[in-house]
Amino acid sequence: MSVLILVEHDGKSIKDATLAAVTAAGKLGEVHALVAGNNVASIADAAAKIAGVAKVLAADAPHLDHELAENIAPVAAKLMDGYDAFVAPATTFGKNIAPRVAALIDVMQVSDVIGIEDASTFVRPIYAGNAIATVKSSDSKKVITVRGTAFDKAAADGGSAPVEKVDAGQASGTSEFVSMDASDSERPELTSAKVIVSGGRAFGSSEQFHALLDPLADKLGAAVGASRAAVDAGYAPNDYQVGQTGKIVAPQVYIAIGISGAIQHLAGMKDSKTIVAINKDEEAPIFQVADIGLVGDLFKIVPELTGKL
Amino acid sequence: MKILVAVKRVIDFNVKPRVKMDGSGVDLANVKMSMNPFDEIAVEEAIRLKEKGVATEIVAVSIGPAKAQETLRTALAMGADRAILVQTDEEVEPLAVAKILAKIAEEEQPGLFILGKQAIDDDNNATGQMLAALLGWPQGTFASKVEAANDNVTVTREVDGGLETVKLKLPAVVTTDLRLNEPRYASLPNIMKAKSKPLAAKSPADYGVDIARRLELVRVTEPPKRQAGIKVSSVDELVERLKGLGIAK
Repeated sequence: MSVLILVEHDGKSIKDATLAAVTAAGKLGEVHALVAGNNVASIADAAAKIAGVAKVLAADAPHLDHELAENIAPVAAKLMDGYDAFVAPATTFGKNIAPRVAALIDVMQVSDVIGIEDASTFVRPIYAGNAIATVKSSDSKKVITVRGTAFDKAAADGGSAPVEKVDAGQASGTSEFVSMDASDSERPELTSAKVIVSGGRAFGSSEQFHALLDPLADKLGAAVGASRAAVDAGYAPNDYQVGQTGKIVAPQVYIAIGISGAIQHLAGMKDSKTIVAINKDEEAPIFQVADIGLVGDLFKIVPELTGKL
Repeated sequence: MKILVAVKRVIDFNVKPRVKMDGSGVDLANVKMSMNPFDEIAVEEAIRLKEKGVATEIVAVSIGPAKAQETLRTALAMGADRAILVQTDEEVEPLAVAKILAKIAEEEQPGLFILGKQAIDDDNNATGQMLAALLGWPQGTFASKVEAANDNVTVTREVDGGLETVKLKLPAVVTTDLRLNEPRYASLPNIMKAKSKPLAAKSPADYGVDIARRLELVRVTEPPKRQAGIKVSSVDELVERLKGLGIAK
């Protein structure tokens, strides 16, 4: 079986979620990596070094810049003539493009895969992770997106795959990139951070959210996350959101502060290795999943904790 | 411009789903069902575009059991003008849903097709993208802002690294994220009025679409449960524990 994986990159480096997708794809067969973009020679070289990648296909053209699904999906769909499976990371990048590829080749996608039983049988969460479904695909080719936290990352070094140029297709002429308002990236990214400190609505304001959580995150070298309630209240930007409809994370340590633990939120962080919860309500559902809990007022506890670290 | 909106009847988002004992699925008997929250946002966005004078007619479409009529009536009560129910008791996968919606789009010729980014039952996040692919239309997924003009729509998308803005030629597909808007509640007079708005009943066969499942459900299980851990009584104790985890010095 041969597998085509779609490499996620930002023009400068390959995103970590790709490495987990390589591991998942490796369970299905020989892995070839598609690097699509504009001036992607260095990205293609980096992809060639990923352990487990047997070949890199580089589709290089100005219209493939900015990952427009309208332009990338046909390139991938055409290449699928020669492959049995298409794998993309289940990030906003992969979620945007993979279903478009699937429909072009008339395949029902298996989304957000967390386990692979055999070449057609996949495990995936449904109902916000409240149930786990095992599904068997009868399509002759498979299209799957892979949840990064569920698979180990392939080593970024060690491979030496050949790089082959492939047809970059044409611009659809129907979509264009306008702008990217990138969030502050001083801290580690949520989906790859070892430690995450996450805040909820209990912070009361955007000022207090940042004044209390940022110094703590700096001390721990942690990424900062937020509950949906905190994001909806405007305390934190949308890409901080951890949960069913936000980011799915599984760090070594997840510190939930002032977060009650709605199902929605738990779905996004319950695979963390160790969960620490700080909340003034000792009945808060977050304590039912926390390994270490501290009941108390976050406005007292967080500064004290930051000071003592 | 006409706008099509797809809505799905799903378990109410406040209900905790229970896995059936025999592992055949999630128990939906006697469970409160509602419109998928992302689809409510899609309906609301269509109504706002009509209120701004950009849209002239809103058609809500649902594919599902007879009871999905209630979901469509909700969309009509919010402000959609008419509805189409493609009735089936089968569970229809996103690819087949997209095929039916594509046929309806060919008949109705909308300028925009707005859908929720995912349904909160099967969490596939695929139908909108598949629909766009089948129609050869551009897609603005995970939208947090939509500005439509004569022949194009500018969509701000919630992506992992921040907010991305793309400009799409119409006709286009847009899928909604949570922060696009806050859906209105239907008023009682509007709920009454919705009862007399047109609702067309169709079947998948009317569109010549094969809805046979491609994914066989092997089993559904409960997720592994986490055990509650210990409670510490002071920040000092917490600091010791964090040191023990190797994340603090």
